[in-house]
Amino acid sequence: MSATPLLELRGIDKGFGPVQVLRDVNLTVYPGEVTALVGDNGAGKSTLVKCVSGIYAIDSGQIFFEGLPVSVNSPRDAATLGLEVVYQDLALCDNLDIVQNMFLGREKRSGLVLDEPTMEQLAAETLASLSVRTVKSLRQHASSLSGGQRQTVAIAKAVLWNSKVVILDEPTAALGVAQTAQVLELVRRLADRGLAVVLISHNMNDVFAISDRIATLYLGRMAAQVKTTDVTHSQIVELITAGRSGNLGLSENGGPR
Amino acid sequence: MSVTIEKAAPLTVGSHVRDYLSRVRGGDIGSLPAVLGLIALCVFFGIMRPAFFSAGNFANLFTQGAAVTIIAMGLVFVLLLGEIDLSAGYASGVCASVLAVLLTFHGWPWYAATLAALVTGLVIGLAIGFMVAKVGIPSFVVTLAAFLSFQGIGLILIRGGTNVPVRDEVLVAISNKNVPPALGWALFLLGVLAFAAIQLWQWRNRHARGLISEALAVVLFRIAALVVVVGAAVYVLNLERSRNVLITSLKGVPIVVPIIVVLLVVWTFVLHRTAYGRHVYAVGGNREAARRAGINIDRIRISVFVICSFMAAIGGVVAASRANSVDANTGGSNVLLYAVGAAVIGGTSLFGGKGRIMDAVLGGAVVAVIDNGMGLMNASAGAKFAWTGGVLLAAASIDALSRRRAAATGNR
Ligand SMILES: Nc1ncnc2c1ncn2[C@@H]1O[C@H](COP(=O)(O)OP(=O)(O)OP(=O)(O)O)[C@@H](O)[C@H]1O
Ligand SMILES: [Mg+2]
Repeated sequence: MSATPLLELRGIDKGFGPVQVLRDVNLTVYPGEVTALVGDNGAGKSTLVKCVSGIYAIDSGQIFFEGLPVSVNSPRDAATLGLEVVYQDLALCDNLDIVQNMFLGREKRSGLVLDEPTMEQLAAETLASLSVRTVKSLRQHASSLSGGQRQTVAIAKAVLWNSKVVILDEPTAALGVAQTAQVLELVRRLADRGLAVVLISHNMNDVFAISDRIATLYLGRMAAQVKTTDVTHSQIVELITAGRSGNLGLSENGGPR
Repeated sequence: MSVTIEKAAPLTVGSHVRDYLSRVRGGDIGSLPAVLGLIALCVFFGIMRPAFFSAGNFANLFTQGAAVTIIAMGLVFVLLLGEIDLSAGYASGVCASVLAVLLTFHGWPWYAATLAALVTGLVIGLAIGFMVAKVGIPSFVVTLAAFLSFQGIGLILIRGGTNVPVRDEVLVAISNKNVPPALGWALFLLGVLAFAAIQLWQWRNRHARGLISEALAVVLFRIAALVVVVGAAVYVLNLERSRNVLITSLKGVPIVVPIIVVLLVVWTFVLHRTAYGRHVYAVGGNREAARRAGINIDRIRISVFVICSFMAAIGGVVAASRANSVDANTGGSNVLLYAVGAAVIGGTSLFGGKGRIMDAVLGGAVVAVIDNGMGLMNASAGAKFAWTGGVLLAAASIDALSRRRAAATGNR
């Protein structure tokens, strides 16, 4: 492999009471690459993301960040490491504006007082550096943003904090054609800046268009993680639906090969 | 580099007005109904009872509405999270009882008794907040239970149905004495200058950094409006309002007014200029988003109940001062409903995430004007309650409808 992985998961297990959602999941994410995480509805993709970002505690397994074992117990821990997540349900506060949302939980202050001008300037520079031109005013409330704009703000937030790893959970699921293209372009640009990007998507065209690697979850297990150039559409579809395809994927009895 | 976003459209007076109108049309009406309602009510009562506009009655409005307004300020914090505190009224009663009992039965000095009352408020808030945030009982239930208990505790504290007098000069002065006219003008000047300085400094700072800023005329207009409105109020309150000047002279701004102004400024600062305030709005707007942003939700939830009960304690002290005594009914009957009404009438949403401390003051004024005006018209207590209830319902309807409108126009 070219570089050392930025983020590596080894043997992650996670259950909710009697339901075992993730079983012995391994995942490696490299800087400068888009790693697509695919899998059927309920395969455990969102759960895996929430384990990495400190929203759920893992039952067992290890998380390595830049080669070092780390424990992520809260969203704050994840942010400190340089890991930013754009959630499927786009958590923005509708009653706050773009700047306020981008800095939420990490407000710039001078003494006790919020430093609004500095925050506004930084937010503007970040959006400009991503060539985002779709928002009218940085002071408009999140409630007045379109789906694509919300997605853009959430992604820009990751850039603002100089994150090393950005995980996007179905960022284009609710978007039209034009906005999907814009967001995907933005995602690719993040990777080209040297960030490690994990993209969760159900859209195989998107996945093949911008990802460097594809990891497939099947019923809470990692079926395979392969280079995008080494596989075909239909192989990935098979991995998603059956957990294996030819010599790829889980073995007959369900265990890893 | 940042050109595309910032230099999009320089703001002018015209764009400011257009922007405001479009926000109102979009369902973001804020305090507009309260301000319009206040004007309409004043005109109505002024026509029906000319005495309504006398200097004496104007001063009465402040002392009558003070306790409810102060309690409403605290309730704004709780309402911002979409929670409710039904016990705020009786909490103020319990704190007032603590004050009166320590002062009168135990001979404590006024400052020690007041401090004890305020600490009582903090403890009450902490207990309620803990039950809501850590134990996970809905605030409606916790504070309903507290509502009942505090009524009982108040009774026990003042040892039955008697009435405990509060005679300490300092405490009685809060709601019954006035600031000397000269000092009133000095405070007015100080406040106005500080406001103007801050507004202009902020404007200049944004301008210098090349950030989009309001037209200077809008800032100047805001300062001028404050000077005119507050100046007129100070002028009227400084008029002689004694019926017989030979016996006593009665003029000046009631002492509760600067107290309310200070509380208004402090809490507005906390809500709009500190990270804590930002987090209160965030938790009220989208709790899950706030949690993922690393905000300690439980701490925020507990803190708003602490602030609310603390403000209730201040309200209790003010009420005790006004009545010169504390009895089982202090903080009871209509106090809580008037306070919740004040916050909601002022424009604070019952659904959380939207509201300002100023809402409590505007809404408190509406409630005080109704109560006072109907009193002048010799309306019965029953009629007063019925009308205030009607106004509260109207305000809540406006809140719900503007929310629906905002959802339809994509503003919320
Ligand atoms: N908090 C929870 N408690 C119990 N079960 C849960 C919880 N969250 C998720 N699950 C279960 O875990 C499984 C995986 O859910 P998850 O949301 O991770 O799927 P997903 O791969 O993201 O699916 P989708 O593509 O639909 O977003 C599902 O069967 C779901 O019911
Ligand atoms: Mg999901």
